[in-house]
Amino acid sequence: MIGYLLRRILATVPVLLFVAVLVFLLLQLTPGDPAVLIAGDYATTQQIEAIRHQLGLDRSILEQLAGWFARLARGDLGVSIFSQLPVTTLIGQRIEPTLLLSLYTVILSIAFAIPLGVVAAYRAGGWLDRVVMGFAVMGFSTPVFVVGFLLVYVFALTLGWFPTQGYVPVAEGWGAALRSLTLPAITLALLYAALLARVTRASMLEVLAEDYMRTAHAKGLGPRPVLMRHALKNTAVAIVTVIGVGVAALLGGVVVTETVFNIPGLGRLTADAILRRDYPVVQGLILLFACIYVVINLLVDLSYLLFDPRIRY
Amino acid sequence: MTIVRTERIAAGRPSRLLAFLGRQKVILFGLVVLVAMVGIAVLAPLLLPDPKAINPIYRLRPPGADFWFGTDHLGRSILSRTLHGTRVSLAVGVLVAGLTTMLGVVIGLMSGFLRRMDGIAMRFMDAVMAIPGVLLAIALMSLFGSSLVNVIIAISIPEIPRMARLVRSAVLSIREQPYVDAARTNGTRLPRLLRRHVLPNAMAPILVQATYVFAAAMIVEAVLSFLGAGTPPEVPSWGNMMAEGRQYLQRAPWIAAFPGVFLAFLVLTVNLVGDALRDLLDPRLAARGHK
Repeated sequence: MIGYLLRRILATVPVLLFVAVLVFLLLQLTPGDPAVLIAGDYATTQQIEAIRHQLGLDRSILEQLAGWFARLARGDLGVSIFSQLPVTTLIGQRIEPTLLLSLYTVILSIAFAIPLGVVAAYRAGGWLDRVVMGFAVMGFSTPVFVVGFLLVYVFALTLGWFPTQGYVPVAEGWGAALRSLTLPAITLALLYAALLARVTRASMLEVLAEDYMRTAHAKGLGPRPVLMRHALKNTAVAIVTVIGVGVAALLGGVVVTETVFNIPGLGRLTADAILRRDYPVVQGLILLFACIYVVINLLVDLSYLLFDPRIRY
Repeated sequence: MTIVRTERIAAGRPSRLLAFLGRQKVILFGLVVLVAMVGIAVLAPLLLPDPKAINPIYRLRPPGADFWFGTDHLGRSILSRTLHGTRVSLAVGVLVAGLTTMLGVVIGLMSGFLRRMDGIAMRFMDAVMAIPGVLLAIALMSLFGSSLVNVIIAISIPEIPRMARLVRSAVLSIREQPYVDAARTNGTRLPRLLRRHVLPNAMAPILVQATYVFAAAMIVEAVLSFLGAGTPPEVPSWGNMMAEGRQYLQRAPWIAAFPGVFLAFLVLTVNLVGDALRDLLDPRLAARGHK
């Protein structure tokens, strides 16, 4: 068991190394001179030189790569060209709304998608199934910002129940903070919940066809314990896997949602940094998002041990 | 196998094709919508006024008899711009699906058959998959600069690993089949073996995945344009229109609404066709009720 844990944790190292190299290469891939590109159209030769030196572009590519890894090992992600603040400081300033928004979204999605997926599978082919699955296909056929606009138009501009945009920090009270994040979380949850509901339904159908389900029915259990105790438990592995894989879509969605709702989080920071060609920030954030994805999927893998006692490594 | 059946349907008499489509209502519906959209894309420049024609006297007109879909802040016809936008979305969808499939198949086949390449290639694919696709695409766009070709490349790169993994896993099970051994014993060389024996049998999941990539690519194009890192702003794409309509959401919601509805409708149709194809090509899943 301990051996498996160690092996599984070590297996993330090559992936993270590849991500780090990939993020490093992003800047090298630029057609033309990255320093000129970053400096903008009105930069003087000295400014371009300064940026080239700051990014280490005046050294050989191997020296740059070695420097990049040495800095990463120290937890140094470089300094923003735009604000001259360390990238780690920027991340620290902006992480609160993003963390809260992501958690809010995941909780909303799980709370709605799993029961709906279970019911849809139990009543497969019925009207409820059709409605839920119809919503699910629509959920991932509609771009996040279209959903966002729609919600803002109806619930903020017309009904006035929620603010149209912006974020109230937790320091000013949890209620206000959650209220400012409700529309963004619903926007983002629609995509994530659609994914979850489809997989819940599909793996529930698979489990419902198993022999032990007939046994459970035969010994007189009602639909609720059959679905909850026998069926749902056996779909946990599939559902948790999708929660992990969906994190990539969630993080991508965060960038868009925070832009639509003007929330000063990591997603907004990413979008702004990309548009300003602030590459140290872009590189740091992409690396951070990739690490989050890898770590969450590591946790998902390890959670299999919890959900399925048959899995022993 | 399954693919043989589809080929026969496609190559068979028209009556048989019609009978097939009569049974597959969703695919029929999808084809009708796609043909209509292609028709719009082809005819838009011929029948409609210039989507870039600025006409300040008619700015922010609501939908009505003169302007069916209304006008934007520069007095440009939303009808004309929305229908012209079909060209961008379809082109991006088709080309991204094509490029992703081509490269994904090549990488997947090679890592399925060449053990030495497999480890490295798959770790690399894992690394690309660990980066949220939209994020990688915007980052690439900001490096390459804004143009339609770059949009297509930037959207394709994050989509390739999933296709490659799918092809690889199909190849790994196909390579153990007796007919592959038989072909090898007969002295079939690797390129011919892959083309004639392996690829045709892996076609069903590739086709389904390509459909989903088609749908996803149109969404990502809109997202990129919306964030200001997509199709050049002067091109009337649905994403660009929605980005411009954002400032006028309260005064002139139609600017963002029409392209939004068109995009959602087209993506929804393609996704439904993907679901129907999956159920059709993988009867095992359909029987178990995967929808």
